[in-house]
Amino acid sequence: MTRFFQVAWLVMRKDLRVESRSWEMVSTTLFFAASTVLVFAFAFVRAGRAVDGAAPGILWIALAFSGTLALGRAFERERHQDALRGLLMAPVERSAIYCGKLMGIVLLMGAAELLVVLAVALTFQAPLLRHPFYLTALLATGTVGFAAVGTLFAAMLLRTQSRGVLLPIILYPVTFPVLIAGVGGTVALVQADPNLELVRFWVALLCFFDAVFLVLSLWTFEPVMTE
Amino acid sequence: MDFDRLVVTDLSRRYGRRSALRRVSLTIEAGQLVGLLGPNGAGKSTLLGVLATLANPSTGSVTYGQVASRSADVELRRCIGLLSHELQIYAELTARENLEFFARLYGLDDPVGRSQRALERANLDARADDVVEGFSRGMRQRLALERTLLHEPRLVLLDEPFTGLDESSSLALRERLRDLRDDGRLVLVATHDLDVADGLLDRAVLMKDGRLTEFDLGGGTLRERYRATLASETR
Repeated sequence: MTRFFQVAWLVMRKDLRVESRSWEMVSTTLFFAASTVLVFAFAFVRAGRAVDGAAPGILWIALAFSGTLALGRAFERERHQDALRGLLMAPVERSAIYCGKLMGIVLLMGAAELLVVLAVALTFQAPLLRHPFYLTALLATGTVGFAAVGTLFAAMLLRTQSRGVLLPIILYPVTFPVLIAGVGGTVALVQADPNLELVRFWVALLCFFDAVFLVLSLWTFEPVMTE
Repeated sequence: MDFDRLVVTDLSRRYGRRSALRRVSLTIEAGQLVGLLGPNGAGKSTLLGVLATLANPSTGSVTYGQVASRSADVELRRCIGLLSHELQIYAELTARENLEFFARLYGLDDPVGRSQRALERANLDARADDVVEGFSRGMRQRLALERTLLHEPRLVLLDEPFTGLDESSSLALRERLRDLRDDGRLVLVATHDLDVADGLLDRAVLMKDGRLTEFDLGGGTLRERYRATLASETR
Protein backbone atom coordinates (compact mmCIF):
# COMPACT_ATOMS: atom_id res chain seq x y z
CA MET A 1 0.00 0.00 0.00
CA THR A 2 2.89 2.32 0.78
CA ARG A 3 4.27 1.71 -2.70
CA PHE A 4 0.86 2.53 -4.20
CA PHE A 5 0.83 5.98 -2.62
CA GLN A 6 4.52 6.45 -3.37
CA VAL A 7 3.80 5.93 -7.08
CA ALA A 8 0.74 8.18 -6.98
CA TRP A 9 2.83 10.87 -5.29
CA LEU A 10 5.61 10.48 -7.90
CA VAL A 11 3.16 10.88 -10.78
CA MET A 12 1.49 13.90 -9.18
CA ARG A 13 4.83 15.53 -8.38
CA LYS A 14 5.97 14.97 -11.97
CA ASP A 15 2.77 16.62 -13.25
CA LEU A 16 3.22 19.58 -10.91
CA ARG A 17 6.85 19.97 -11.96
CA VAL A 18 5.90 19.94 -15.64
CA GLU A 19 3.09 22.41 -14.94
CA SER A 20 5.44 24.72 -13.05
CA ARG A 21 7.52 25.00 -16.26
CA SER A 22 4.64 26.09 -18.50
CA TRP A 23 1.71 27.18 -16.28
CA GLU A 24 -0.32 26.08 -19.27
CA MET A 25 -3.16 24.29 -17.47
CA VAL A 26 -3.26 26.62 -14.46
CA SER A 27 -3.44 29.79 -16.52
CA THR A 28 -6.07 28.50 -18.99
CA THR A 29 -8.22 26.95 -16.26
CA LEU A 30 -8.14 30.01 -13.99
CA PHE A 31 -8.69 32.41 -16.88
CA PHE A 32 -11.63 30.36 -18.14
CA ALA A 33 -13.16 30.10 -14.65
CA ALA A 34 -12.86 33.85 -14.07
CA SER A 35 -14.27 34.61 -17.54
CA THR A 36 -17.30 32.39 -16.91
CA VAL A 37 -18.13 34.17 -13.66
CA LEU A 38 -17.65 37.53 -15.34
CA VAL A 39 -20.01 36.67 -18.21
CA PHE A 40 -22.69 35.51 -15.78
CA ALA A 41 -22.17 38.66 -13.71
CA PHE A 42 -23.09 40.78 -16.74
CA ALA A 43 -26.28 38.77 -17.23
CA PHE A 44 -27.43 38.32 -13.63
CA VAL A 45 -26.29 41.44 -11.81
CA ARG A 46 -28.53 44.46 -12.46
CA ALA A 47 -27.98 47.84 -10.81
CA GLY A 48 -25.52 46.27 -8.39
CA ARG A 49 -27.99 43.56 -7.26
CA ALA A 50 -27.67 39.93 -8.20
CA VAL A 51 -30.66 37.77 -9.15
CA ASP A 52 -31.69 35.71 -6.13
CA GLY A 53 -30.43 32.13 -6.06
CA ALA A 54 -28.18 32.42 -9.11
CA ALA A 55 -24.85 32.13 -7.28
CA PRO A 56 -24.84 28.36 -6.51
CA GLY A 57 -25.61 27.40 -10.10
CA ILE A 58 -23.02 29.79 -11.49
CA LEU A 59 -20.40 28.55 -9.02
CA TRP A 60 -20.83 24.93 -10.07
CA ILE A 61 -21.14 25.70 -13.78
CA ALA A 62 -17.87 27.64 -13.63
CA LEU A 63 -16.23 24.73 -11.79
CA ALA A 64 -17.60 22.10 -14.17
CA PHE A 65 -16.54 24.00 -17.29
CA SER A 66 -13.07 24.91 -16.04
CA GLY A 67 -12.65 21.37 -14.68
CA THR A 68 -13.51 19.94 -18.10
CA LEU A 69 -10.93 22.20 -19.66
CA ALA A 70 -8.30 20.98 -17.19
CA LEU A 71 -9.29 17.33 -17.71
CA GLY A 72 -8.99 17.76 -21.46
CA ARG A 73 -5.37 18.72 -20.98
CA ALA A 74 -4.62 16.28 -18.16
CA PHE A 75 -3.19 13.53 -20.33
CA GLU A 76 -1.77 15.72 -23.10
CA ARG A 77 1.75 15.29 -21.69
CA GLU A 78 1.29 11.54 -21.70
CA ARG A 79 0.03 11.66 -25.29
CA HIS A 80 3.04 13.64 -26.43
CA GLN A 81 5.88 11.18 -27.23
CA ASP A 82 3.49 8.43 -26.02
CA ALA A 83 4.79 8.86 -22.49
CA LEU A 84 1.70 7.04 -21.20
CA ARG A 85 3.17 3.78 -22.51
CA GLY A 86 6.29 4.54 -20.49
CA LEU A 87 4.14 4.86 -17.39
CA LEU A 88 2.12 1.74 -18.18
CA MET A 89 5.30 -0.30 -18.68
CA ALA A 90 6.43 0.47 -15.13
CA PRO A 91 6.15 -2.40 -12.65
CA VAL A 92 3.53 -0.65 -10.56
CA GLU A 93 -0.18 -0.96 -9.96
CA ARG A 94 -1.68 0.99 -12.86
CA SER A 95 -4.40 2.29 -10.58
CA ALA A 96 -1.65 4.15 -8.69
CA ILE A 97 -0.87 6.05 -11.90
CA TYR A 98 -4.56 6.93 -12.14
CA CYS A 99 -4.51 8.13 -8.53
CA GLY A 100 -1.49 10.35 -9.19
CA LYS A 101 -3.17 11.95 -12.20
CA LEU A 102 -6.38 12.40 -10.20
CA MET A 103 -4.55 14.09 -7.32
CA GLY A 104 -2.96 16.56 -9.75
CA ILE A 105 -6.36 17.41 -11.28
CA VAL A 106 -7.99 17.82 -7.85
CA LEU A 107 -5.22 20.22 -6.83
CA LEU A 108 -5.67 22.23 -10.00
CA MET A 109 -9.44 22.37 -9.62
CA GLY A 110 -8.92 23.36 -5.98
CA ALA A 111 -6.91 26.38 -7.13
CA ALA A 112 -9.68 27.30 -9.58
CA GLU A 113 -12.26 26.92 -6.81
CA LEU A 114 -10.46 29.43 -4.59
CA LEU A 115 -10.70 31.99 -7.36
CA VAL A 116 -14.26 31.14 -8.40
CA VAL A 117 -15.63 31.15 -4.84
CA LEU A 118 -14.16 34.57 -4.16
CA ALA A 119 -15.33 35.92 -7.52
CA VAL A 120 -18.90 34.58 -7.10
CA ALA A 121 -19.10 35.75 -3.47
CA LEU A 122 -18.04 39.26 -4.48
CA THR A 123 -19.95 39.74 -7.73
CA PHE A 124 -23.18 38.05 -6.60
CA GLN A 125 -23.03 39.16 -2.95
CA ALA A 126 -23.52 35.50 -2.03
CA PRO A 127 -22.79 34.51 1.59
CA LEU A 128 -20.66 31.59 0.45
CA LEU A 129 -18.07 32.07 3.19
CA ARG A 130 -20.60 32.17 6.03
CA HIS A 131 -19.99 28.46 6.73
CA PRO A 132 -16.51 27.81 5.32
CA PHE A 133 -16.32 24.27 6.67
CA TYR A 134 -19.51 23.15 4.92
CA LEU A 135 -18.59 24.97 1.73
CA THR A 136 -15.17 23.27 1.74
CA ALA A 137 -16.82 19.89 2.34
CA LEU A 138 -19.22 20.42 -0.59
CA LEU A 139 -16.48 21.60 -2.93
CA ALA A 140 -13.99 18.92 -1.92
CA THR A 141 -16.41 16.02 -2.27
CA GLY A 142 -17.88 17.45 -5.47
CA THR A 143 -14.44 17.97 -6.98
CA VAL A 144 -13.26 14.45 -6.16
CA GLY A 145 -16.38 12.91 -7.71
CA PHE A 146 -16.17 15.04 -10.85
CA ALA A 147 -12.42 14.56 -11.27
CA ALA A 148 -12.53 10.81 -10.53
CA VAL A 149 -14.81 10.16 -13.50
CA GLY A 150 -13.17 12.85 -15.63
CA THR A 151 -9.65 11.49 -15.14
CA LEU A 152 -10.75 8.01 -16.19
CA PHE A 153 -12.58 9.30 -19.27
CA ALA A 154 -9.68 11.57 -20.23
CA ALA A 155 -7.35 8.54 -20.11
CA MET A 156 -9.81 6.42 -22.10
CA LEU A 157 -10.08 9.07 -24.82
CA LEU A 158 -6.36 9.67 -25.04
CA ARG A 159 -5.94 7.84 -28.34
CA THR A 160 -9.12 9.09 -30.00
CA GLN A 161 -9.02 11.91 -32.52
CA SER A 162 -12.09 13.81 -31.30
CA ARG A 163 -11.37 13.55 -27.57
CA GLY A 164 -12.00 17.30 -27.07
CA VAL A 165 -15.58 16.86 -28.26
CA LEU A 166 -16.23 13.48 -26.69
CA LEU A 167 -15.02 14.27 -23.17
CA PRO A 168 -17.84 16.66 -22.19
CA ILE A 169 -20.40 14.52 -24.03
CA ILE A 170 -19.66 11.46 -21.91
CA LEU A 171 -18.53 13.29 -18.77
CA TYR A 172 -21.55 15.50 -18.02
CA PRO A 173 -24.28 12.83 -18.10
CA VAL A 174 -22.29 10.67 -15.67
CA THR A 175 -21.29 13.50 -13.32
CA PHE A 176 -24.73 15.11 -13.43
CA PRO A 177 -25.64 13.70 -9.97
CA VAL A 178 -22.46 15.25 -8.53
CA LEU A 179 -23.27 18.67 -9.98
CA ILE A 180 -26.91 18.45 -8.81
CA ALA A 181 -25.79 17.50 -5.30
CA GLY A 182 -23.20 20.29 -5.29
CA VAL A 183 -25.75 22.89 -6.37
CA GLY A 184 -28.36 21.50 -3.94
CA GLY A 185 -25.93 21.69 -1.03
CA THR A 186 -24.78 25.19 -1.94
CA VAL A 187 -28.37 26.45 -2.28
CA ALA A 188 -29.13 25.13 1.22
CA LEU A 189 -25.97 26.84 2.47
CA VAL A 190 -26.48 30.33 1.04
CA GLN A 191 -30.20 30.79 1.66
CA ALA A 192 -31.20 33.42 4.22
CA ASP A 193 -31.66 30.76 6.88
CA PRO A 194 -29.06 28.07 6.05
CA ASN A 195 -30.38 24.52 6.31
CA LEU A 196 -27.27 22.78 7.62
CA GLU A 197 -29.02 19.46 7.98
CA LEU A 198 -29.80 19.50 4.27
CA VAL A 199 -26.18 20.51 3.54
CA ARG A 200 -24.97 17.49 5.52
CA PHE A 201 -27.32 15.27 3.52
CA TRP A 202 -25.89 16.55 0.21
CA VAL A 203 -22.32 16.15 1.49
CA ALA A 204 -23.10 12.57 2.53
CA LEU A 205 -24.59 11.91 -0.91
CA LEU A 206 -21.49 13.37 -2.56
CA CYS A 207 -19.30 11.12 -0.38
CA PHE A 208 -21.34 8.16 -1.64
CA PHE A 209 -20.88 9.24 -5.27
CA ASP A 210 -17.15 9.70 -4.64
CA ALA A 211 -16.83 6.21 -3.21
CA VAL A 212 -18.73 4.66 -6.13
CA PHE A 213 -16.85 6.62 -8.81
CA LEU A 214 -13.45 6.05 -7.22
CA VAL A 215 -13.96 2.30 -6.82
CA LEU A 216 -15.24 1.94 -10.39
CA SER A 217 -12.43 4.07 -11.81
CA LEU A 218 -9.68 2.25 -9.89
CA TRP A 219 -11.19 -1.05 -10.97
CA THR A 220 -11.52 -0.17 -14.66
CA PHE A 221 -8.33 1.84 -15.25
CA GLU A 222 -6.10 -1.22 -15.75
CA PRO A 223 -8.30 -3.00 -18.36
CA VAL A 224 -9.12 0.31 -20.07
CA MET A 225 -5.43 1.07 -20.50
CA THR A 226 -4.58 -2.35 -21.93
CA GLU A 227 -5.13 -2.29 -25.69
CA MET B 1 10.82 -13.53 -11.58
CA ASP B 2 13.27 -14.17 -14.38
CA PHE B 3 13.21 -16.10 -17.65
CA ASP B 4 15.56 -17.18 -20.37
CA ARG B 5 13.12 -17.93 -23.16
CA LEU B 6 10.28 -16.12 -24.87
CA VAL B 7 7.81 -18.26 -26.78
CA VAL B 8 5.13 -16.79 -29.01
CA THR B 9 2.61 -19.33 -30.28
CA ASP B 10 0.00 -18.75 -32.99
CA LEU B 11 -0.42 -15.16 -31.92
CA SER B 12 -3.08 -13.10 -33.68
CA ARG B 13 -4.16 -9.57 -32.97
CA ARG B 14 -7.18 -7.93 -34.57
CA TYR B 15 -8.35 -4.34 -34.46
CA GLY B 16 -11.99 -4.59 -35.42
CA ARG B 17 -12.02 -6.38 -38.77
CA ARG B 18 -8.37 -5.67 -39.51
CA SER B 19 -5.80 -8.30 -38.59
CA ALA B 20 -2.53 -6.73 -37.49
CA LEU B 21 -0.91 -10.06 -36.56
CA ARG B 22 -1.79 -13.42 -38.10
CA ARG B 23 -0.77 -16.61 -36.31
CA VAL B 24 2.70 -15.39 -35.43
CA SER B 25 5.06 -17.89 -33.80
CA LEU B 26 8.52 -17.00 -32.52
CA THR B 27 11.01 -18.19 -29.96
CA ILE B 28 13.84 -16.08 -28.57
CA GLU B 29 16.45 -17.50 -26.24
CA ALA B 30 18.56 -15.63 -23.73
CA GLY B 31 21.70 -14.24 -25.32
CA GLN B 32 20.08 -13.82 -28.73
CA LEU B 33 19.90 -10.60 -30.68
CA VAL B 34 17.03 -10.97 -33.10
CA GLY B 35 16.12 -8.55 -35.89
CA LEU B 36 12.49 -7.87 -36.72
CA LEU B 37 12.40 -6.71 -40.32
CA GLY B 38 9.55 -5.73 -42.59
CA PRO B 39 7.90 -2.88 -44.46
CA ASN B 40 5.87 -0.12 -42.82
CA GLY B 41 2.52 -1.27 -41.47
CA ALA B 42 3.57 -4.91 -41.43
CA GLY B 43 2.69 -5.32 -37.73
CA LYS B 44 6.13 -4.97 -36.12
CA SER B 45 5.11 -2.33 -33.57
CA THR B 46 1.93 -4.26 -32.76
CA LEU B 47 4.01 -7.36 -32.05
CA LEU B 48 6.34 -5.38 -29.79
CA GLY B 49 3.30 -3.91 -27.99
CA VAL B 50 1.90 -7.38 -27.33
CA LEU B 51 5.28 -8.70 -26.16
CA ALA B 52 5.54 -5.69 -23.85
CA THR B 53 2.13 -6.67 -22.35
CA LEU B 54 0.64 -3.34 -23.46
CA ALA B 55 -1.80 -5.12 -25.76
CA ASN B 56 -3.56 -8.43 -25.31
CA PRO B 57 -3.44 -11.04 -28.06
CA SER B 58 -6.77 -11.79 -29.72
CA THR B 59 -5.77 -15.45 -29.95
CA GLY B 60 -2.60 -17.39 -29.27
CA SER B 61 -0.18 -17.00 -26.40
CA VAL B 62 3.05 -15.41 -25.27
CA THR B 63 5.05 -17.22 -22.60
CA TYR B 64 7.94 -15.64 -20.72
CA GLY B 65 9.78 -18.61 -19.26
CA GLN B 66 6.89 -20.27 -17.41
CA VAL B 67 4.68 -17.17 -17.18
CA ALA B 68 1.90 -16.58 -19.70
CA SER B 69 1.18 -13.04 -20.87
CA ARG B 70 -2.49 -13.39 -19.98
CA SER B 71 -1.40 -13.31 -16.34
CA ALA B 72 0.79 -10.29 -17.00
CA ASP B 73 1.60 -8.69 -13.70
CA VAL B 74 3.83 -6.14 -12.09
CA GLU B 75 6.76 -8.56 -11.73
CA LEU B 76 6.67 -9.46 -15.43
CA ARG B 77 6.79 -5.80 -16.46
CA ARG B 78 9.88 -5.40 -14.27
CA CYS B 79 11.67 -7.75 -16.69
CA ILE B 80 10.68 -5.96 -19.90
CA GLY B 81 12.14 -2.82 -21.44
CA LEU B 82 10.41 -1.23 -24.45
CA LEU B 83 11.73 1.56 -26.62
CA SER B 84 9.00 2.44 -29.08
CA HIS B 85 9.16 4.77 -32.04
CA GLU B 86 7.57 7.45 -29.88
CA LEU B 87 10.19 7.91 -27.22
CA GLN B 88 8.08 7.88 -24.04
CA ILE B 89 9.93 10.70 -22.34
CA TYR B 90 8.69 14.04 -21.05
CA ALA B 91 9.88 16.93 -23.20
CA GLU B 92 9.16 19.44 -20.41
CA LEU B 93 11.50 17.71 -17.94
CA THR B 94 15.28 17.70 -18.01
CA ALA B 95 17.18 14.58 -19.03
CA ARG B 96 18.11 13.93 -15.41
CA GLU B 97 14.54 14.48 -14.15
CA ASN B 98 13.23 12.03 -16.75
CA LEU B 99 15.64 9.31 -15.72
CA GLU B 100 15.21 9.89 -11.99
CA PHE B 101 11.42 9.89 -12.35
CA PHE B 102 11.42 6.54 -14.14
CA ALA B 103 14.05 5.10 -11.78
CA ARG B 104 11.84 5.96 -8.81
CA LEU B 105 8.73 4.73 -10.61
CA TYR B 106 10.48 1.40 -11.17
CA GLY B 107 11.45 1.31 -7.50
CA LEU B 108 15.16 1.08 -8.33
CA ASP B 109 17.79 1.59 -5.67
CA ASP B 110 20.02 4.67 -5.91
CA PRO B 111 17.95 6.48 -8.57
CA VAL B 112 20.29 9.48 -8.55
CA GLY B 113 23.45 7.42 -9.11
CA ARG B 114 21.79 5.20 -11.71
CA SER B 115 20.52 8.21 -13.61
CA GLN B 116 23.96 9.83 -13.57
CA ARG B 117 25.58 6.67 -14.94
CA ALA B 118 22.88 6.42 -17.61
CA LEU B 119 23.48 10.04 -18.60
CA GLU B 120 27.18 9.34 -18.97
CA ARG B 121 26.49 6.28 -21.11
CA ALA B 122 24.19 8.35 -23.31
CA ASN B 123 26.92 10.98 -23.53
CA LEU B 124 24.43 13.51 -22.22
CA ASP B 125 26.01 14.41 -18.88
CA ALA B 126 26.89 17.89 -20.14
CA ARG B 127 23.21 18.50 -21.02
CA ALA B 128 21.75 16.59 -18.07
CA ASP B 129 19.96 19.58 -16.59
CA ASP B 130 18.56 20.93 -19.86
CA VAL B 131 14.92 20.31 -20.70
CA VAL B 132 14.51 17.61 -23.32
CA GLU B 133 12.41 19.92 -25.51
CA GLY B 134 15.64 21.50 -26.79
CA PHE B 135 17.31 18.17 -27.64
CA SER B 136 17.84 16.89 -31.16
CA ARG B 137 16.12 13.65 -32.19
CA GLY B 138 19.37 11.75 -31.77
CA MET B 139 19.90 13.05 -28.23
CA ARG B 140 16.32 12.18 -27.32
CA GLN B 141 16.82 8.74 -28.81
CA ARG B 142 19.92 8.14 -26.66
CA LEU B 143 18.09 9.32 -23.58
CA ALA B 144 15.06 7.15 -24.34
CA LEU B 145 17.30 4.12 -24.82
CA GLU B 146 18.86 4.66 -21.40
CA ARG B 147 15.39 5.10 -19.93
CA THR B 148 14.44 1.74 -21.45
CA LEU B 149 17.49 -0.02 -20.02
CA LEU B 150 17.52 1.75 -16.65
CA HIS B 151 16.06 -1.24 -14.80
CA GLU B 152 18.27 -3.77 -16.64
CA PRO B 153 15.37 -5.69 -18.22
CA ARG B 154 15.74 -9.33 -19.27
CA LEU B 155 13.66 -8.79 -22.42
CA VAL B 156 14.70 -5.75 -24.45
CA LEU B 157 12.27 -4.64 -27.19
CA LEU B 158 13.54 -1.85 -29.43
CA ASP B 159 11.49 -0.23 -32.19
CA GLU B 160 13.72 1.65 -34.64
CA PRO B 161 16.49 2.34 -32.10
CA PHE B 162 18.87 3.79 -34.71
CA THR B 163 16.47 6.59 -35.77
CA GLY B 164 18.14 9.99 -35.67
CA LEU B 165 21.49 8.71 -34.44
CA ASP B 166 24.70 9.96 -36.02
CA GLU B 167 27.42 7.51 -37.03
CA SER B 168 29.29 7.45 -33.72
CA SER B 169 26.06 7.09 -31.74
CA SER B 170 24.95 4.25 -34.04
CA LEU B 171 28.26 2.48 -33.49
CA ALA B 172 27.93 2.99 -29.75
CA LEU B 173 24.41 1.55 -29.86
CA ARG B 174 25.66 -1.48 -31.79
CA GLU B 175 28.21 -2.07 -29.05
CA ARG B 176 25.54 -1.62 -26.41
CA LEU B 177 23.30 -4.18 -28.09
CA ARG B 178 26.17 -6.67 -28.31
CA ASP B 179 26.84 -6.15 -24.61
CA LEU B 180 23.19 -6.80 -23.81
CA ARG B 181 23.28 -10.01 -25.81
CA ASP B 182 26.53 -11.13 -24.20
CA ASP B 183 24.97 -10.38 -20.84
CA GLY B 184 22.30 -13.00 -21.57
CA ARG B 185 19.41 -10.71 -22.38
CA LEU B 186 16.75 -11.43 -24.99
CA VAL B 187 16.93 -8.61 -27.52
CA LEU B 188 14.40 -8.02 -30.29
CA VAL B 189 15.15 -5.07 -32.58
CA ALA B 190 12.68 -3.80 -35.19
CA THR B 191 14.61 -1.75 -37.70
CA HIS B 192 14.72 -0.38 -41.22
CA ASP B 193 18.35 0.67 -40.81
CA LEU B 194 19.61 -2.44 -42.53
CA ASP B 195 23.11 -1.12 -43.19
CA VAL B 196 23.64 -0.37 -39.50
CA ALA B 197 22.12 -3.67 -38.41
CA ASP B 198 24.20 -5.68 -40.91
CA GLY B 199 26.52 -8.07 -39.07
CA LEU B 200 24.93 -7.29 -35.73
CA LEU B 201 22.03 -9.73 -35.63
CA ASP B 202 22.23 -13.38 -34.60
CA ARG B 203 19.09 -14.11 -36.56
CA ALA B 204 16.22 -12.20 -38.09
CA VAL B 205 12.56 -12.63 -38.80
CA LEU B 206 10.56 -10.92 -41.50
CA MET B 207 7.09 -9.58 -40.90
CA LYS B 208 4.80 -8.82 -43.80
CA ASP B 209 1.03 -8.29 -43.69
CA GLY B 210 0.99 -9.52 -40.10
CA ARG B 211 2.72 -12.81 -40.91
CA LEU B 212 6.13 -13.74 -39.57
CA THR B 213 8.71 -15.86 -41.38
CA GLU B 214 12.32 -16.73 -40.60
CA PHE B 215 14.77 -14.55 -42.53
CA ASP B 216 17.93 -16.05 -43.94
CA LEU B 217 20.93 -13.92 -42.98
CA GLY B 218 23.46 -15.80 -45.09
CA GLY B 219 24.88 -14.51 -48.40
CA GLY B 220 25.15 -10.87 -49.45
CA THR B 221 24.48 -7.80 -47.38
CA LEU B 222 21.41 -7.56 -45.16
CA ARG B 223 19.89 -4.98 -47.50
CA GLU B 224 20.41 -7.20 -50.57
CA ARG B 225 18.90 -10.19 -48.79
CA TYR B 226 15.97 -8.10 -47.62
CA ARG B 227 15.23 -6.75 -51.09
CA ALA B 228 15.55 -10.20 -52.64
CA THR B 229 13.25 -11.75 -50.05
CA LEU B 230 10.59 -9.08 -50.43
CA ALA B 231 10.81 -9.33 -54.23
CA SER B 232 10.43 -13.11 -54.14
CA GLU B 233 7.42 -12.80 -51.82
CA THR B 234 5.78 -10.26 -54.13
CA ARG B 235 6.13 -12.54 -57.14
